Amino acid sequence: MVVRRRPQRGHRFAESPVLELALQGWRSRTVGLLLMIAFAALVGRGFYLQVINNDFLQEKGESRYRRDIEVSASRGKIIDRNGQMLAVSTPMKSIWAIPADARTMSATQKQQLAGLLDMSARELDGKVAAEKTFVFIKRQVPPETAERIAALKLPGVHQEKEYRRYYPTGDMTAHIVGFTGVDDKGLEGVELAFQQSLLGHAGSRSVIRDRRGNIIEDVGALKPPQDGKEIRLALDSKIQYIASSQLKAAVEANQAKAGGVIVLDVQTGEVLALANWPTYNPNNRENLSGAQLRNRAFTDTFEPGSTLKPFTAALALEKGKFRPDTIINCAPGRLTIGNATISDAHPHGALSVAQVIQKSSNVGVTKMALTIPPQEMWQMFDSVGFGQVPQLGFPGEVTGRLRPWKNWRPIEQATMSYGHGISVSLIQLARAYSVFARDGDLIPLSLLKTEEPVVHGVPVFSAQTAREMRAMLEMAAGPEGTAPKARVPGYRVGGKTGTAHKLVGGAYANKYVSAFVGFAPVSDPRLIVAVMIDEPSAGKHYGGEVAAPVFSQVMGSSLRTLGISPDAPVQVAEAVAGKGRL
Amino acid sequence: MVRLNMILLLIAVVCALGAVTSQHRARKLFQDLEGEQERVRKLDIEYGQLQLELSTWATHPRIEKIARDRLHMVTPDAVGRVVDKPVATAKKKGGR
Repeated sequence: MVVRRRPQRGHRFAESPVLELALQGWRSRTVGLLLMIAFAALVGRGFYLQVINNDFLQEKGESRYRRDIEVSASRGKIIDRNGQMLAVSTPMKSIWAIPADARTMSATQKQQLAGLLDMSARELDGKVAAEKTFVFIKRQVPPETAERIAALKLPGVHQEKEYRRYYPTGDMTAHIVGFTGVDDKGLEGVELAFQQSLLGHAGSRSVIRDRRGNIIEDVGALKPPQDGKEIRLALDSKIQYIASSQLKAAVEANQAKAGGVIVLDVQTGEVLALANWPTYNPNNRENLSGAQLRNRAFTDTFEPGSTLKPFTAALALEKGKFRPDTIINCAPGRLTIGNATISDAHPHGALSVAQVIQKSSNVGVTKMALTIPPQEMWQMFDSVGFGQVPQLGFPGEVTGRLRPWKNWRPIEQATMSYGHGISVSLIQLARAYSVFARDGDLIPLSLLKTEEPVVHGVPVFSAQTAREMRAMLEMAAGPEGTAPKARVPGYRVGGKTGTAHKLVGGAYANKYVSAFVGFAPVSDPRLIVAVMIDEPSAGKHYGGEVAAPVFSQVMGSSLRTLGISPDAPVQVAEAVAGKGRL
Repeated sequence: MVRLNMILLLIAVVCALGAVTSQHRARKLFQDLEGEQERVRKLDIEYGQLQLELSTWATHPRIEKIARDRLHMVTPDAVGRVVDKPVATAKKKGGR
């Protein structure tokens, strides 16, 4: 055994005995392999992050400099057929605060803010004292005021863009246009009915902002805002004004409870005017009552009374059982059916069918009605639209009441022939008269301006019957009829009065609904005007006294406004010639 | 070889500077565009408000009130109207 000395300083490296200890080869290979695996793991991770999971990181990166901003869209306008604004949105600001931050305002700052917002300092203190994280200080602040508030740089006070809806025509068109709530949601009228189209859809865009908050670049796809669609109503604001002012005057003069006027275009079925009284100002809706809000022309039904007689007569003519000159004995002005008696307001003797309509004889109409099977009468009422929703898409439209014919007793059929025991809304009644104003067909109505010049309706009566009825209705509005006050100088008008007792608690009371429905010019009808005055109580209650003058005013002014040429020039020409003007 | 590399480097630097300037100019232009669009929005709002004001001044009740009270105008009665030619489409003046 060789005894080895400890190596000493100065030995050559090559002589180092450690070198003689050979390591096993697998150890170095293992280390090499481990290193390779570690590298592979790094590369794999890199690949995963850069290629596979790229989107996530990209998004994280972008979120550091990219901002999504909302682009607001405004609610669509509502305009009348000639482009006059009926409802329009304008931008406003709402001022809100984070109470905890806002409490750090100095007394002068608070005073400035309260002054700009037209509030008392105490009111403002009350708002910021709330233990909430968010509080509206004031909504719908004009943009100029909001800018001045922003310039004050108050702590914890912020602004938000919102819209306010204005109704320039105010109470005149309140019932048809309706109104929206604070958050731009339609609550009544057209605003509610066409909410989907009027609503704007806010867009968005993502942008890069610089340090100063300026937008410097658009990134990614932007969603353009979609402004709400503009709704063009069939309404003519001039005619609407005439109708509402005349209605208001008539309701006040007759000390009536309520009233309604509708003007329809005979050729297109467009609703040119629709006025109700009482009404309200949609720009200031404090202390509103249900009575003011109600759009009576659509939502209230009443017993139409004699305005329904022409329908019974037309059906009788249509069946061929009567002709306009067939004589009916109406003496002695009473008729007993079962244990009920029908009577005329003024007893008549023998009348022709035309005179029955002209003089509005209950007995005469009843005698005609009793020759018609109940089923056919029901069908006729049904096909002129009674007992059906008018389908204008207006909120709160009612069907009215038309009972199934199987349960009709003869007395009920008799009363229905002159408009009792059946109830209709004013819009239904106005529309039904289109069968006379046109050649026997019922037109669909439209609240919106229609593009087609002439609409075709559903035929109910023959053109012959419609012509005959027009002649009778012209007589009713003539000097010998029930409504001479419905006449319009220069035009031939036709129409029918109605005076119905009101049902109060199931019994007929001494309260009345006075109505008049008519059309003009008779030679080629263009307009239908329906007037309803509820509970006139200034002494007069007959439709011919109360409603007919409103009809005359509205019809006359509307015809002139629309430039429809007179078809009865006699009086005018004579009067003018008499003055030596020609 | 070294000279070629230097030229290529120079070109690369010039291109890089060009990219930076054009990006800067694009952002400047974009800001201008943004400003103009803001102006469009503001004018649009103002137009809406003016239209609103116009229709508020031009409501029929106000016109009628001024015509009657201030200008002492009256609606002509049947006697005062002359129908020139009864044509269906003829627009007539008068009325309200």
